[in-house]
Amino acid sequence: MRSTFCAVVSRLCWLTVLLPGSKAFADINMPVGVTPISKEVYGLHMLIFWICCVIGAAVFAVMFYSIFKHRKSKGHKPADFHESTTVEILWTAVPLVILVSMAIPAAKTLIAMEDTSNADLTIKVTGYQWKWHYEYLDSGVNFFSSLAAEHNEARQVDSGIDVSTIDNYLKEVDNPLVVPVGKKIRFLHTAADVIHSWWVPDLAVKKDAIPGFINENWALIEEPGIYRGKCTELCGRDHGFMPVVVKAVPEDEYLAWVAEQSGAGEEAETVADGDAAEEDTDREWAMDELLARGEKVYTANCVACHQAGGQGVPGAFPAITGSPVAIGDVDKHIEVVYEGVAGSAMASFAAQLSDADMAAVLTYQRNALGNSVGDTIQPSAIKALR
Amino acid sequence: MSTATTEHHDHHDDHGPAYGWKRWLFTTNHKDIGTLYLLFSLVMFFIGGGMALIIRAELWQPGLQIVDPLFFNSMTTMHALVMIFGVVMPAFVGLANWMIPMMIGGPDMALPRLNNWSFWIMPFAFLLLLSTLFMEGGGPAGGWTLYAPLSLQGGDSFAFVIFSIHFMGISSVMGSINIVATIFNMRAPGMTLMKMPLFVWTWLITAYLLIAVIPVLAGAVTMLLTDRYFGTSFFSAAGGGDPVMYQHIFWFFGHPEVYILILPAFGIMSSIIPTFARKPLFGYASMVYATASIAFLSFIVWAHHMFTVGMPLAGEMFFMFATMMISVPTGVKVFNWMATMWRGSMTFETPMLFAIGFLVMFTIGGLSGLMLAITPADIQYHDTYFVVAHFHYVLVPGAIYSIMAATYYWIPKWTGNMYDEKLGKIHFWISTIFLNVLFFPMHFVGLAGMPRRIPDYSLQFADWNMVASIGAFGFGFSQLIFAYVVIKCMKGGEKATDEVWEGADGLEWTVASPAPYHTFETPPTIK
Amino acid sequence: MKTMSQHIVIAGKLSVLVVAMFGFGYLMVPIYNVLCDITGLNGKTSSVAAVAPQTSGEKSERRVIVEFVAVVNSSAAWTFEPVQRSMEVEPGKTYNASYNVKNLSSQPAVGQAVPSVAPSAAAKYFNKIECFCFTRQEFEANGSKEMPLVFFIEEDLPRSIDRVTLSYTYFDTGEKPVPASDS
Repeated sequence: MRSTFCAVVSRLCWLTVLLPGSKAFADINMPVGVTPISKEVYGLHMLIFWICCVIGAAVFAVMFYSIFKHRKSKGHKPADFHESTTVEILWTAVPLVILVSMAIPAAKTLIAMEDTSNADLTIKVTGYQWKWHYEYLDSGVNFFSSLAAEHNEARQVDSGIDVSTIDNYLKEVDNPLVVPVGKKIRFLHTAADVIHSWWVPDLAVKKDAIPGFINENWALIEEPGIYRGKCTELCGRDHGFMPVVVKAVPEDEYLAWVAEQSGAGEEAETVADGDAAEEDTDREWAMDELLARGEKVYTANCVACHQAGGQGVPGAFPAITGSPVAIGDVDKHIEVVYEGVAGSAMASFAAQLSDADMAAVLTYQRNALGNSVGDTIQPSAIKALR
Repeated sequence: MSTATTEHHDHHDDHGPAYGWKRWLFTTNHKDIGTLYLLFSLVMFFIGGGMALIIRAELWQPGLQIVDPLFFNSMTTMHALVMIFGVVMPAFVGLANWMIPMMIGGPDMALPRLNNWSFWIMPFAFLLLLSTLFMEGGGPAGGWTLYAPLSLQGGDSFAFVIFSIHFMGISSVMGSINIVATIFNMRAPGMTLMKMPLFVWTWLITAYLLIAVIPVLAGAVTMLLTDRYFGTSFFSAAGGGDPVMYQHIFWFFGHPEVYILILPAFGIMSSIIPTFARKPLFGYASMVYATASIAFLSFIVWAHHMFTVGMPLAGEMFFMFATMMISVPTGVKVFNWMATMWRGSMTFETPMLFAIGFLVMFTIGGLSGLMLAITPADIQYHDTYFVVAHFHYVLVPGAIYSIMAATYYWIPKWTGNMYDEKLGKIHFWISTIFLNVLFFPMHFVGLAGMPRRIPDYSLQFADWNMVASIGAFGFGFSQLIFAYVVIKCMKGGEKATDEVWEGADGLEWTVASPAPYHTFETPPTIK
Repeated sequence: MKTMSQHIVIAGKLSVLVVAMFGFGYLMVPIYNVLCDITGLNGKTSSVAAVAPQTSGEKSERRVIVEFVAVVNSSAAWTFEPVQRSMEVEPGKTYNASYNVKNLSSQPAVGQAVPSVAPSAAAKYFNKIECFCFTRQEFEANGSKEMPLVFFIEEDLPRSIDRVTLSYTYFDTGEKPVPASDS
């Protein structure tokens, strides 16, 4: 009896999938998605949507019939009934039955969503203000993923760039998450500062990333493709600018990618532009070289708070331009960037930047953005600290 | 009792309003205080609305054009705080002040001096709140829910925000105590509980909700304050706390708060619809029971705001079923209003138009609420514009429309003048059209993947956001018509009769229009 | 119509309710913690040492994978990572693991590790006999340590769980180490 009922419900779900699942509705409806769960969720969404439409249509039909027919201007005389226990019981019981019939398939999907067992691989996703960090627990490959530079530049107030000329505006990152299709991927969610939430609509995966706590979730992607999402828990100033990009590829391609990433070794994870050959920390770097690299590092890591022009946000984030740190003692400047400032939003970049990147960005801050101290900081100086 | 001393009447302090500003500052008269609350709420409505227009102006097109993202966040935060605590709640308290004593045949509120204090705390609380926008580091920007640890990050304006929330809370709690005392103690002989108008009933229940949950909010924000300044770690994992616990405590307040914002609206609808249908309210008793069960259920559904925090399966199931359950008594209310209209003899003056607008659009908001109750689907809807669309559909055409309906309905009694019916209808139609242009597209962008609380968005959301912004400006500016109608009616106009509306029933319509400064000093006889 | 004193009685009763509800807000803190302890609601493990398990002696085929992960909060100046990424354990048996910590700062510092387990249902079956998370650790400037962990998973861990992740988040307490008083 119950199984027949479930079969009918699931058939109903599929029927509703076929109608508005078409392209024409893509911009105004939930995506069907590419995982078994996302398809079930879409089915539930459409089922409850149609139930609501039917209830709404019935309620409004009665209401408007009454509004048009039972009006004084048409000479309608008021009746004087004002209660009926039978009717009250009826309109309490009928919605209850509808709700219970809705709750059963919803509960089934919920149970499936929570079952993270038998996963093929685990990826830890850590939210930072305002970027994501991914770590593949099996292979140890890990990297940060932040809004792509071009988008970051365009989204500044008065950037003068027409954002409509940018493809996938605000939906592109420097390093996408690469995952295999057809495998059960278990995601672990946590955060390093405030609460974030990692959401990819096509995977029907949304879970809060809570500092100090770890959450889990899973997805099995059925089709290769690029799936884009967002942070959905307000996490401060740049909450709107930390997209998620998931690139699902066939398994062999995925394995090749992992091999390449881990082959590149420990160094690869810290090189901003993947230019590993240049990663020579012992040689003497020229000012021009440091400035060119420093600008890129600055754009990727510093502009969110200190702003593109180095002016900061008064009262919230200090300026770089004319800052006593950036034009003062070199060691103090290095300390601030290397160790961070306890009790403030200034993070330690020791783990996030390579020696060369940190030396470059320090030199850039001292000799650009309106500052001109004139000294260079060599990667070897940073290396000596480690 | 005053008939014997007629010639001294005007010199007696208790029998007429004082003149000038002192009248308003020191007043203990429920009608004066009601007026103060309502005017305060009207002013805050335009301030909160202005903030909404800044938000919609920035969202007019993709890219950041007008404001810094941090300021944008503080606009969304402040818009919510102002609209909830500064507009809807004071307006309902103002209506309660004006109408409850008249509806139950009492001479005034039970505790008039407390009443004066409850009101005068409000302007100070909001000056404090709004002043944070001009402080270093800006106003609160962590969302009105003040989730830790984000809310602990900003500047020192945080302490002022917490204090202003405390003041608002103290004001609402004092107002609620007064309302409960009034309803229990000031009823005219023969006005039994089950004879009270539903507005009084819904307010009685709302007052209990307020008394029960505002202190919990006060506790939660005090914990935030001590976490920030005094080294406690209620919500920081480092010291053994849990940020999710803040959300549990907050929403334990937050969900009943949602019903605090809508139950009095249900009461208003139950007054207006029977009047213009010329037919008694259908199912009075079941309306009372439905209100009580909504209030009870509102305490056990809070975690449906948190389906993505990683709750155990059993918890998710419980909160899903409990949330679905709450739509049953809400449905009963809508069906009862429909049955009241059924085979009535309806006319469509402005209050009735707003009431019907409420019925239709609140039902839409209720149905999207039912969708949100389905946990697996909610995980996709959560924190997107779909949720924004949902709660604006229940709060704007719900709470705000009910307040406007109430104003049009009772303003002839307050001022003695009829409002401008033609302008009232124009106000209704323009508002309703723009309101749907504003909020309906939010369902679309939310489903298609636009998160809430973002100052900038991807290109695929551009069209509908522009439509919503057009709606926002249209809706915002059409409220100037409302302000004009209210002011015009206060200044003069066609004289209203005592009964005002043909089908009106209730004690408030038995006194003169405008209602004398003191009413029912001798209790009326209840049939 | 009632007198003023009757109004005061009602107002007084309601004020008691207000104070009680304010207290209830605070009471929710211990209630929540107790609930979490009993059910493992938020994935927090016990902060007190467990005693070594009494094994039933029966040979079990069951193996559970334990994964170790690490996060440094607020991107503070620490490196913090597990020595082993994962291990296969038999429920009921005791195992050793460890984490490496380094203070990158040129100042002495005190850190605190906060544990969390996923899935949260596994938290109450995950017992630590010895753990660096029970206390704060003091570090010299640029100091580092390998910090030990001794744990076992109870045999009655639900069958549906085949993989347990133990996560530590490392917080800089912002304090400075106190020099030992008698040395």
